[in-house]
Amino acid sequence: MNFSNFLFMEQEIGLVILFVFLFLYDTFCSEKGKQYFQGVAVSLFAAFTVYGFFPLLTGEAFGGMYVSSKLTIFMKNILNVATLIVFLQSNNWLASKETVHRRGEFFTITLVTLLGMYLMISAGNFMMLYIGMETASLPLACLAAFNKYREKSAEAGVKYVLISAFSSGIMLFGLSFLYGGLGSFYFADMAAHLTGSPLVILGFVFFFGGLGFKLSLVPFHLWTADVYEGAPTSVTAYLSVVSKGAAAFALIFALYKVFGPIEVVWHHILWWLSVITITLGNLFAIRQKDIKRFFAFSSISQAGYILLGIIAGTAQGMTATVFYVLVYLFSNLAAFGVIAAVEHYSKGDTRIAAFNGLYKSNPVLAFVMMLAVFSLGGIPPFAGFFSKFLIFMAAADQGQWILVFIALLNTVVSLYYYLLIIKAMFITEGEANAVGRFRTDNYNKVSLWICTIGIFVVGILSVIYEYIGTISFGI
Amino acid sequence: MIQMEYYLIISTLMFFIGIYGFITRKNMIAILISLELVLNAVEINFAVFNRYLFPGQLEGMFFTLFGIAITAAETAVALAIIINAYRTIGNIDIKNLSKMKE
Repeated sequence: MNFSNFLFMEQEIGLVILFVFLFLYDTFCSEKGKQYFQGVAVSLFAAFTVYGFFPLLTGEAFGGMYVSSKLTIFMKNILNVATLIVFLQSNNWLASKETVHRRGEFFTITLVTLLGMYLMISAGNFMMLYIGMETASLPLACLAAFNKYREKSAEAGVKYVLISAFSSGIMLFGLSFLYGGLGSFYFADMAAHLTGSPLVILGFVFFFGGLGFKLSLVPFHLWTADVYEGAPTSVTAYLSVVSKGAAAFALIFALYKVFGPIEVVWHHILWWLSVITITLGNLFAIRQKDIKRFFAFSSISQAGYILLGIIAGTAQGMTATVFYVLVYLFSNLAAFGVIAAVEHYSKGDTRIAAFNGLYKSNPVLAFVMMLAVFSLGGIPPFAGFFSKFLIFMAAADQGQWILVFIALLNTVVSLYYYLLIIKAMFITEGEANAVGRFRTDNYNKVSLWICTIGIFVVGILSVIYEYIGTISFGI
Repeated sequence: MIQMEYYLIISTLMFFIGIYGFITRKNMIAILISLELVLNAVEINFAVFNRYLFPGQLEGMFFTLFGIAITAAETAVALAIIINAYRTIGNIDIKNLSKMKE
């Protein structure tokens, strides 16, 4: 066996080493040494994230099973940054009495899910994609049930594990038909033999349904709100950004590399799904009273916008999609950082009403939340505007005028409910028992700084978009 | 030799019985068993397609082997989470998992 193949897997191997080190640290270190665990883990992961930005080897390994290109490395870097921010935000929650002795578990389990997402993105074979997806989703279910003694968390864990097993079963059923029709699991071989035969289309529909669960597109979205609400806030942030981003990237690669020849078929499916996802996500978000549920539906509608870029089917569409995920990462995690802080200091209150009068008590946090919400809604100076604009441009270039028009209308609707949060923070008077003035811990402060800089800078620095443009490809 | 279609009929039946059970069952363990039906139906499919359509290769068989291993892991995790739910909620009826709907 040629071991030089492993050289292409630098990021994966680095992650495994980090995992083993943290696992041993958590298992064998004395109680006294463990109080530095958070700092050590976060700084090591930050070093690992920086390492990913250096030029790494690209190429195919293991006969095309594993693909590493500049694009996959960039996508992994996006996921790394998001995970780093989640780690920073988790400090308050992990230091609480209920979870402090299981702090190491949170980090090790999260790293394993991240490894699964790496494999999903780098897959050149459906077996690899499936293994990566399971490696990502099984530990995530454990994370959702991490607050062992809370009923809601247990409920979220059960729902997530059952639904994810169910969806991977459906995906596999589709894959088996694709295998029957095409005789291979390698992306390149399948694309070469792909025809629009009924067996292949049936297989594709099942496969897409399975992946749609992971991405929480609308007919498959029912688990999202419950799991997001019940899971601990840091895990919700991780689910809504990292897990969703990885699923979107895997979907792009599957659609562009394998199913490119039957674009006529999936074009219509994606068109309708995108319309329903954006619209229903928005409409349900309006009537939510719980902030985590609210952001669950907002993230559903954001997934619809991600589909909009994929539909275009061009290099421009792929660029816009990757850029969209990058911007979405900063805006959504900024919001979740504020939610985590408010939830911690108001003793677990996650109603939107808990944000009433936040501007009076904590003006800086309210300001960050405002930036995040404006960026999610797409107000001009922030990065969210540019990402939405580029997505619309990519779709409009392919003549999708009606779709772009519907999406634009929905942007207006989404502005309304995003402004409801602003109204709660700035206009509504706080309740008598509302959270008072508090100082956020330093980890969370750093994370909010990173997000704020991201929201301002990523949209204005066109270098980033142009760089993604040079490494992405169309059908 | 038994024709391929019979195997496919069996696996499709198993798949949809599994889905039916997943939707209608009230007990979490029963739901887990239905999931096993779904996943095992898929594994029959892989093996049969490989044996009948592409006898020269082993990819489908390999997928079956990996699938069995992953399914076992999935069951273990799901059981652990269900036991955890049993401890906090007190039984494993799916009806009691509706705290967040209120």
